Amino acid sequence: MIKTQNNKAWFLVLPVLVLVAFSAVLPLMTVVNYAVNDTFGNNQFFWVGLEWFEEMVTSSRLHDALGRQILFSAIILAIEVPLGIYIALNMPKSGFWASFCLVLMSLPLLIPFNVVGTIWQIFGRVDIGLLGHTLAALGFDYNYTNDPFDAWMTVIVMDVWHWTSLVALLAYAGLQSIPQAYYQAARIDQASRWAVFRYIELPKMKGVLLIAILLRFMDSFMIYTEPFVVTGGGPGNSTTFLSIDLVKMAIGQFDLGPAAAFSLMYFLVILLVSWVFFTVMTNLDRQESK
Amino acid sequence: MAQITLQNLAHSYLPNPGKDADFALKQMDHVWQDGGAYALLGSSGCGKTTLLNIISGLLRPSQGRVLFGDRDVTDAPTAARNIAQVFQFPVVYDTMTVRDNLAFPLRNRGMDPTYIAARVQQIAQMIGMEDTLSRKAQGLTADAKQKISLGRGMVREDVNAILFDEPLTVIDPHMKWELRTQLKKLHRDFGHTMIYVTHDQTEALTFADKVVVMYDGRVVQMGTPEELFETPAHTFVGYFIGSPGMNLLEAKIDGSRAHLQGQSVALGASYAPLAGCTQIGIRPEYATLTRGDGLPVRIKRVEDVGRHRLIRAEVLGQPLSIVAPEGQEIGADLTHVAFAPDRINVYADDWRVQGGTA
Repeated sequence: MIKTQNNKAWFLVLPVLVLVAFSAVLPLMTVVNYAVNDTFGNNQFFWVGLEWFEEMVTSSRLHDALGRQILFSAIILAIEVPLGIYIALNMPKSGFWASFCLVLMSLPLLIPFNVVGTIWQIFGRVDIGLLGHTLAALGFDYNYTNDPFDAWMTVIVMDVWHWTSLVALLAYAGLQSIPQAYYQAARIDQASRWAVFRYIELPKMKGVLLIAILLRFMDSFMIYTEPFVVTGGGPGNSTTFLSIDLVKMAIGQFDLGPAAAFSLMYFLVILLVSWVFFTVMTNLDRQESK
Repeated sequence: MAQITLQNLAHSYLPNPGKDADFALKQMDHVWQDGGAYALLGSSGCGKTTLLNIISGLLRPSQGRVLFGDRDVTDAPTAARNIAQVFQFPVVYDTMTVRDNLAFPLRNRGMDPTYIAARVQQIAQMIGMEDTLSRKAQGLTADAKQKISLGRGMVREDVNAILFDEPLTVIDPHMKWELRTQLKKLHRDFGHTMIYVTHDQTEALTFADKVVVMYDGRVVQMGTPEELFETPAHTFVGYFIGSPGMNLLEAKIDGSRAHLQGQSVALGASYAPLAGCTQIGIRPEYATLTRGDGLPVRIKRVEDVGRHRLIRAEVLGQPLSIVAPEGQEIGADLTHVAFAPDRINVYADDWRVQGGTA
């Protein structure tokens, strides 16, 4: 087959390039600008090279925030993925209750982030919150504003409440796409419930689970609004995740240089992790089909 | 292994079936002899798959009992019936190797690993996949996947029956022939009861000792290929078996003669007065063109199909197919058609009527 070569087709890509340039690349460049300069206002910039980056790489404050961030993402992934799968497996497959569950499951996803934060902020309060008050009445010494452990628990439970639905819905979609014949064959072959899950359901859900894990990782790694509304990063710095720390640094302290360097590295870390994750998973796929 | 008996069986996919048409499977009594090779033949949607799924326990019948030998298994789950079933489209466990796929049903029954290894090797040889045993099943062709499904169906030696639900649909023609031969051999070697669903009559006739023809949720006839050809019990069998199918002509039956619009045809047997719509059925193979005997015929088309010629004609306003032997001259002087009297079947409301001696 002879293909016509016509480089004019590149012009068709131009509008997108321009749009992306104005919406993403140029704003990013201002961040790059801040990251390699120091400024005392007045639009006067002094070249500092990689000084801010060096400062940030060695900053224990950033290390701590990164540590908390990784711990947080790991915990919520470890809870939300299995829980989401478990819920999806137990959701009705058809009929009224299937639709009912779908609507019910999507409700948390529809609530704006800051509202979720506000809901839990109030829910957890010991004086007027249903959760906080009940726990206190039951004799638990629960107070998310004083106790780092309680603060973590609250933030994690809130995230699980908010986002497990996403994993569940994706897993449910994966499950629904499995033809009935597979389950029938498994019954003929006398497969156990575990074997059905391990050899039929899990492999068929792999694609959507990959998306779910990737989305949940990226989202949780960038989390800002909900913990900010609930704990404001406290008590102390115990729930100060990367985004919260970044905003504190940039807007609270107006350390624009270090904050810019920080956010660039932050961006690269997310990009890197997502890329590694994606490559590993697609390679696994390719190996399997060999 | 056991004889499979269906008692008063009927099935409807509706929760509260009322009239006859609500039933995908009309009430039936049927016995599948132990060790028989059956073909279940019928057009799409006639209830073949429903029947198979009831036997294997994937479906619980709306009414009636299923017996394996003397044991009532109507309420027994599939796993407890020890039965194998191969579906129309390939079902493989993607993440497993071909070997693990074949071994899966045996492992689930906790069989001895050395036995499993040997048995898997044997089956792999049978389906011609020894070279690919260590490969992942994912990414294989539909052909190969279906062979794995077949292999999984055949791997257990102690099953009560093996059910095949149009298993060769996705297999290419050459392999089809080969696999069918293998199935036949498997049947001879192990004597499993086998029920093979198909809508391809060649497949049915070559595979089975007994062919069961289903029509509209009913078993209309069970018999050897010869019985189905010579004495179809229902007009559907006459039409479905044979190529082309049986000719059916509306006629009034009077004793040992049939009357068609003033013309009369001799029958091989004598019949009591019949009610309803009566027809005579004659295979194209048993109709002969003549110069004056029989019914007047108008030839419309002659098709050369190789071994013989097929004549499409019209007799008394009704279409008729005739098979003319090779070498017969088909000239303008052949104006009539004669039927071999003892090959004529008589049908009343689509069901064959047994005649008495003429």
